[in-house]
Amino acid sequence: MESLLAITIGVLVAGSVYLMLARNVLRFIFGLVLISNAANLTIFAGGRLTEGAPPLIAEGADAPAGLVANALPQALVLTAIVIGFGLFAFALVLVVRAYTELGTLNSDEMRVAEPKEGPAK
Amino acid sequence: MKDESADTPRGNGLIGVVPIVLSAALFGWFWTFLEPISNGEAVRLVWDWVPAMQISLSFLFDGLSLTFALLISGIGTLVLLYSNTYLAGHPQFARFVLFLFSFMLAMLGLVLADNLIALFVFWELTTITSYLLIGFGHETEKGRRSALQALFVTGAGALALLAGLILLGLSMGTFEMSEILARGDEVRAHQYYLPILILILAGAFTKSAQFPFHFWLPNAMAAPTPVSAFLHSATMVKAGVYLMARIHPAFSGTEVWVWTLTIAGGFTAVFASVLALRQTDLKQALAYTTLMALGTLTLFLGQDSAYALTAFAAFLIVHSFYKAALFLVVGCIDHATGTREADILGGLGRAMPVTAIAAALAALSMAGVPPLLGFISKEIQYAGGLEVASSPVFVVSAVLAASSLMFAVAGIVAFRPFWRPPGGEMPKSPHEAPWPMLAGPVILATLGLVFGLFPGVVQTALVNPTVAGFLGTAEGAATLKLWAGVNLPLMLSLATFAIGFILYAVHRPLRAYLARLDAAAPNFDRGWDRFLDWLKGLAAWQTRVIQTGVLRQYMWTTFAVIVVGVGATLAIKGNVNLAAAFDDVTWRNTAILLLICAGTILTMITRSRVAAITGLGVVGIGVALVFILFSAPDVAITQLLVETLVVVLVAVALLRLPFLDKRGESDHRPADAMLAVAVGTVVTLTLLAVLNEPFDRRLTDYFDATSWPAAFGRNIVNVILVDFRALDTFGEIAVVVIAALASYALLRTTKGRKDP
Repeated sequence: MESLLAITIGVLVAGSVYLMLARNVLRFIFGLVLISNAANLTIFAGGRLTEGAPPLIAEGADAPAGLVANALPQALVLTAIVIGFGLFAFALVLVVRAYTELGTLNSDEMRVAEPKEGPAK
Repeated sequence: MKDESADTPRGNGLIGVVPIVLSAALFGWFWTFLEPISNGEAVRLVWDWVPAMQISLSFLFDGLSLTFALLISGIGTLVLLYSNTYLAGHPQFARFVLFLFSFMLAMLGLVLADNLIALFVFWELTTITSYLLIGFGHETEKGRRSALQALFVTGAGALALLAGLILLGLSMGTFEMSEILARGDEVRAHQYYLPILILILAGAFTKSAQFPFHFWLPNAMAAPTPVSAFLHSATMVKAGVYLMARIHPAFSGTEVWVWTLTIAGGFTAVFASVLALRQTDLKQALAYTTLMALGTLTLFLGQDSAYALTAFAAFLIVHSFYKAALFLVVGCIDHATGTREADILGGLGRAMPVTAIAAALAALSMAGVPPLLGFISKEIQYAGGLEVASSPVFVVSAVLAASSLMFAVAGIVAFRPFWRPPGGEMPKSPHEAPWPMLAGPVILATLGLVFGLFPGVVQTALVNPTVAGFLGTAEGAATLKLWAGVNLPLMLSLATFAIGFILYAVHRPLRAYLARLDAAAPNFDRGWDRFLDWLKGLAAWQTRVIQTGVLRQYMWTTFAVIVVGVGATLAIKGNVNLAAAFDDVTWRNTAILLLICAGTILTMITRSRVAAITGLGVVGIGVALVFILFSAPDVAITQLLVETLVVVLVAVALLRLPFLDKRGESDHRPADAMLAVAVGTVVTLTLLAVLNEPFDRRLTDYFDATSWPAAFGRNIVNVILVDFRALDTFGEIAVVVIAALASYALLRTTKGRKDP
């Protein structure tokens, strides 16, 4: 199952790379969302998949009974999802702000920080 | 820099006196080592520094290092005393003294260090302090340029040196110099002998300004005169010579060693003394004679015989004495008259009698006239040169040429300005220098005379231990004596005087001729400028190519590097098993994964914003389903929540944004698609390689076992988040809060910036 998931992650990454290479920064944001999903799945798959055994300890027991899913990557992914959301929200606001300020979503035309060679304005 | 009030022997208060006392105390301390070491003992002091990497602060006191330490601290004391008056009242005197004293300490560390890495650290400290000192007059462009040039040249050499030292340490299994030197045969037989030697010599040659790295030294004369006296004659430039002397026992004797040092040293010596003759600035003339001395020292280090090494030791000492004295004298002249031009200066003997006598003694030593120490040193040089097995004619003729030219330069620097009529109007009427400025030159020049009359003192105290440091025994060391009988060296000395005198007599017309010759020859200093310009051009070009300012190109480069770097590593080391773990594939799971792929592709190819959001939502739900299926309910809940928020936020943002593509444009990018597929493939293969490795459950088992007993939580994921890794979670909250605050700020200021 992990192998199939690995291929799906590859598709996700390919899609997000394609979107992040776009001129339109809104597409870039879409790519950002997809690539954080891909990263989360990668961490998750790296900890191996276990079906139907969440990492919980039964009432009265000291430790989970039998083999349960790997809790560590789940904790990491939880953190990553929230941070990824923070990044996404901030990036989205930046895009909105850039559009109101510059009137374009084309990253090729956003040259305030690194103006083209030639006489500076 | 200098004003009339500075001519009274007035210091700079405590800040001027303390370093003098400290360095005098250091000198006294080193003096106490003199007796045990001249009896053939060696003292090692060791402190651990980075023991895991065999780096220690270990210091070795033996004949060679002690000789250097005494010269450095002794001349250092006199120079500090001198500068206390020379720069009296200078607004940045404290800075100057700090640099100079730090330099002295670094230099002492350099010559005493036994550990290769410690030696390198001190070596670089001398480079840095020297940079600061040369650039002390940083208001002038010349000062800045000279400082930077010295830093670049010696710094580049130092990088080579570091590589060489590390290679040497790794090859020999120890970083302690004393152990390496004891195993010289192993060093010479080692397969890396040649690269190590080349790298170390690159460091030594740049530091000691051997041709073709000589050009920075005359420029370094932009520094205040006491600095030139100290750094660029007596100590720092000798660091390279010291290093070659230090490794001599282990590295010398091979063909490469002999010929490299003999040719580089001999050529530098003659080349520099010819150029010295053409200078009209007294300080520049002395700078070139220093180059000559460094060349001669290198020349003798190339040899193996006890005689040649005695010549090295004797010349090292005598040169430090007379050169420091002469630099200080030039400083006095400059101070008193306001100029250093040989063509203008004259008749100073009456106004500055003490300076004149000190200058004369030092110059006679430099010219090699009996009964001064310089004469003895020169005799030994001839005798040592004649003994050289490989190339006596070359060595002797190099020494003869250089010594004759020295004789002439000595006359130009120390005779003409004092005893010949002036050639022009001097900016200030000359007067005698105050005593602290005279102490240095007088003491150093007198030492040259005293040691010349009683050479036995130098012999037992400094020369024999130094030679013993090379050969293990001082028995072969030549005896320093004034009268060695009528022999070939004496004949050569007489020839030196004759040639030198003729050169002095004709030096003015000769100078014009040399100046023309020099102008026609390739100029290394200008070559340096061209090299720097080329370097800057290269940097500008690569910045233009790499930093285009276009986001897409940055992304392209980043992803391409990932593909090439990770892909190549996978191809070389990867352990990908494509057939693995397809066994538990079910239709239900496959359907979810296909859903994710479909959502991805929809987002990629659509031109509709709503379709894109839908695609994102589909992917997010699919990922949440994966989490649910594989026993991660908490993660799935968070994912669903966040995914919903993402879709809502994008939808809100779209209200303020235009369509994805302008009418008539399409987003069809085949090249990008190929790169995207490549990145995706690399990621998949990497993940497959990771999954192919055996799984390590140790951490998971720890959390499983301790979650309830230690943290009283039954949901292990939650326990990890809020207990075991609580600080991480706190950081995560902080990130979200900062993102929210920043977003709020950005949105609030949306209006207003354009129409204030």
